[in-house]
Amino acid sequence: MTALTSRHTDRAGAPARHPGLNLGHAHREGEESREEMVFGFWVFMMSDMILFGLLFGTYVTMLGGTAGGPGPKDLFDMRGAFFETMLLLVSSFTFGMASLALKYRDDRRVLVGWLLVTLLLGLGFVAHELYDFHRMFEAGGVPSRSGFLSAFFSLVPLHGLHVTVACIWLIALLGQLAVHGLDAQTKNGLIRLAILWHFLDIVWIGIFSLVYLGGLA
Amino acid sequence: MSRRTLSDAEAQERASEQRSYLWGFALALILTLIPFGVAAFAEWRPLHLYLLIGLCAMVQVVVHFRCFLHITLARNKREDLQLILFTALILLIMVGGTLWILFNLYYRMMPHMLP
Amino acid sequence: MNDSTHWLLGRLDASALPFWDALQHPTTKNVINAVIASGAASMVVLGAIAVVIGLTWTRRWGWLWREWLTSPDHKKIGIMFIALALVMLARAVIEAVLMRLQQAFGLDGGFLTADHFGQLFTTHGTIMVFFMAMPFLTGMINYVMPLQIGTRDLSFPVMNQISLGLTAAGAAVVMISLVLAPFSTGGWTGYPTFTGHAANPGAGVDYWIWAVTLSTLSSTLSGINFAVTIYKRRAPGMSWMRLPLFTWTALCTAILMIFAMPPLTVATALLALDRYLDFHLFTADMGGNMMNYINLFWAFGHPEVYILILPAFGIFSEVFSTFAGKTLYGYKALVIATLAIAVLSFTVWLHHFFTMGQSAHINAVFGIATMLIGIPTGVKIYDWMLTLFRGRIRMSVPMIYASGFLMLFVLGGLTGIVLAVPSVDYQVHNSLFLVAHFHNMLIPGLLFGMLAGTNFWFPKAFGFRLEERWGRRAAYAWIIGFMLAFFPLYALGVLGMPRRTVAFFTPAYLPWTLTALVGATIVLLAMACLVIQLWVSVRDRHLNAMPIGDPWDGRSLEWAVSSPPPEYNFPVIPEVYGRDAFMLEKERGKAYQVPDEFPDIVLPANSPMGVIFAVTGTAMAFGLTWYQWWMVLLAAGITLAAVIARGFCRNTTRTLSGEEVRRTHLTWLAQVRATTPVARSREQSTDNRGLPVPPVEGAIQ
Ligand code: HEM
Ligand SMILES: [Cu+2]
Repeated sequence: MTALTSRHTDRAGAPARHPGLNLGHAHREGEESREEMVFGFWVFMMSDMILFGLLFGTYVTMLGGTAGGPGPKDLFDMRGAFFETMLLLVSSFTFGMASLALKYRDDRRVLVGWLLVTLLLGLGFVAHELYDFHRMFEAGGVPSRSGFLSAFFSLVPLHGLHVTVACIWLIALLGQLAVHGLDAQTKNGLIRLAILWHFLDIVWIGIFSLVYLGGLA
Repeated sequence: MSRRTLSDAEAQERASEQRSYLWGFALALILTLIPFGVAAFAEWRPLHLYLLIGLCAMVQVVVHFRCFLHITLARNKREDLQLILFTALILLIMVGGTLWILFNLYYRMMPHMLP
Repeated sequence: MNDSTHWLLGRLDASALPFWDALQHPTTKNVINAVIASGAASMVVLGAIAVVIGLTWTRRWGWLWREWLTSPDHKKIGIMFIALALVMLARAVIEAVLMRLQQAFGLDGGFLTADHFGQLFTTHGTIMVFFMAMPFLTGMINYVMPLQIGTRDLSFPVMNQISLGLTAAGAAVVMISLVLAPFSTGGWTGYPTFTGHAANPGAGVDYWIWAVTLSTLSSTLSGINFAVTIYKRRAPGMSWMRLPLFTWTALCTAILMIFAMPPLTVATALLALDRYLDFHLFTADMGGNMMNYINLFWAFGHPEVYILILPAFGIFSEVFSTFAGKTLYGYKALVIATLAIAVLSFTVWLHHFFTMGQSAHINAVFGIATMLIGIPTGVKIYDWMLTLFRGRIRMSVPMIYASGFLMLFVLGGLTGIVLAVPSVDYQVHNSLFLVAHFHNMLIPGLLFGMLAGTNFWFPKAFGFRLEERWGRRAAYAWIIGFMLAFFPLYALGVLGMPRRTVAFFTPAYLPWTLTALVGATIVLLAMACLVIQLWVSVRDRHLNAMPIGDPWDGRSLEWAVSSPPPEYNFPVIPEVYGRDAFMLEKERGKAYQVPDEFPDIVLPANSPMGVIFAVTGTAMAFGLTWYQWWMVLLAAGITLAAVIARGFCRNTTRTLSGEEVRRTHLTWLAQVRATTPVARSREQSTDNRGLPVPPVEGAIQ
């Protein structure tokens, strides 16, 4: 890779620096492309952050548009939101453990174990969220009912969709791990997925605070 | 790839990074429990409650950035931090502007849209 | 539509054919419109057939696939972007002339139906912004920026292919809508509730939504790619304050793309939710609020106009300093001004809806913010003038465009400041005054910039110069045509003629609309000159060949390599010692040296990802528009599978042996030694082989 990437001479010796856990010196292979890829992914996250931010803004402007239909207090369930919050938070932590297992070259089974736990938590989150939506639908909280509900269903499920995509990516990476082992590309994938995962948890902080707690307060 | 014994320096680094994740988890947990707890069990005035929720959320975001995403003030990671700050600025402009404009419009023309 | 084909075709049926209406109701007007629409449709179909036959006849399919469609080379992708932009430009200009024709005869009627006219201004605006301007500047940055910063490719070559694929898919959708009509009539802004399902249930708005969405995604990816490349891939020594100005503007444009595209994604996605899933975000009833859309759209829309203009500023900076033979005056001020414009552009979007009903103090704040942008822009104008001051200016084709730009752009900017006063805007908003204003920025600004850039860098890309005589004719025709076509619109606007009107009843408008038609005709001639220029240049390519690669005595690194450059750009990555890196090398006699060693070069391997995204993107958009759900699911499934499969791919690079590189490079260097240098004054003659006379010792460059 060296010839493809032009380096600053003054940075030649320094370890790669990027958001998320840096793998450090023991993982030299693919390090240069890793810094670039992770930075690119981080920039993409920032773009995504704007997207979510605007949907949050739209949601707030639509709070009054209930059109006589059910509002937050009629539809939201604090216990469900709390449970989902916990699932995501714990999954963020387990992904952190997976990152450490990756960095310090633990036994492969440890890494895969943490990843599987994370995957289960992610899938659990998606499942519970779907159940939550189902419950809202039963109570008459469908998006076509009002502007407020439309705004809710354009914000919260988008986060859920992101988590779903992250889960699919995780499965694909487990596949790569099985086929190619822990090579530079698989590592790059895991590092970026970790960033996505933690990022989605940050977006969720906004959702549980603003949408659920704000709505129920 | 079998487990390799870590050098002393590596073992130290690992311990400190593990601590960072644990701290992050503990702080995030507390910062989640506080607003949920107060919202569920205490009878606060809405305004105070909103302020508390907002404050906890903001601190928790910082905790996640610091402990899970390892964004620090270190010199060689300034680009990432700058990017976050720039994003925050754009968000402030866009979302703040949006709320300002739309609520002004509601106030003047569509009072039924005020929550 | 019977049930047995419904699952297959969705809601697509014979009524989508452009002549269907005329068959049902053969009034004179309907027939005229059907003839025009069918003519356009047959041009699309015949054009496609001609391309297929041509490729088969000359057995070029394999070549097209290997050398172009699957190539990850930023130079080829850039050229393909620009080719796409030129094709779309031709269509949009023809539509513009048709609109001018209609308004010239529009007193009490004209010949176009209101619906047809609506489609014309919608496709014209949408194409010009999303499928002409965006691909043009993306292609320009793609081609030039990596060469200027001294690297071999963008950071993410395959993502670059995907960007091209997505834009091509969007353009394809707009083209298909000529054959299987209609397109939207909601303007390039697509405001609900007009574009909502209740008022507009047909396929037109859906075509628009998906075409624009594809383009938006493409631009977001391009923005990330450019920004990361500039951050991470500069050649050693290329510090921030040594970046060529075009690269600076490319960086700012990239940042704007990253942060300003999301609002549009949100706006079109939410509009789609309203239309497809019965959401009520922008509807008039059930708690919806269309003002949200307008706000979101312009939170994108205003930064977008700076996405369009900044690269042109960069090109003009390069052109001015190269053809004045001087280093840029006030480089630092230009950089700061570019950054200031980029940030300020996020703070002014409300000036597009001063009249929506918010209170006067909000209007005042945004009006003042708008006027502030005039300051950095003014700084730039003065810097450019001072760059020219006392230079030995060569009036090449790019310089003609640049001079036209300098004068006309200031006028357009002045009318912009006028419009930034809310109380004035209340009088002229939604009138042709506005149309005159933004064309005054976009044609002399963006379009002249792109055409100047094309004339400037074409020799770099293809190894021969564009012929100057026809180039000059095109440039003057553009300038004069533009003035005649758009200055009358200022008057019309002040006289009260609304934009987007198919017909009018005030005879006082007529002289102005007729003048504008003359102008539009001259613009059409300018387009013809461009085509002839290309034709003549290709015909005389051996006469105008300049393999050495530096026809204008250039200043930045892209001129340091052969024309066309080798696929790896630089045999060894250059070291940079100052601003105007290549000029510095020439001054120190360090240009064209033999590197000590030639290491192997690793390049990205070909990949079909771009083509896959182009095909599935088109299919998805088409299926969504006509409710052919099987097609949507199939295309989405293929896209997902392709992305996952790509993740499993490990052979993503190929290696070029240093020996091969050495041979190529030494051959070229031998050619350099054998070439007679040309003085700047003779650079527009056939003597120009791309090797300028070395700078005079001690002279100011
Ligand atoms: C080449 C010469 C051009 C001519 C003769 C021309 C002519 C026109 C005309 C007649 C309209 C409709 C005005 C109305 O609403 O009544 C229009 C609209 C528009 N044009 Fe052009 N145009 C030209 C070039 C461009 C370029 C280069 C761009 C952008 C890069 C552009 C962007 C637009 C846009 C965005 C609209 C607004 C469409 C809408 O109303 O939604 N035009 N143009
Ligand atoms: Cu604007």
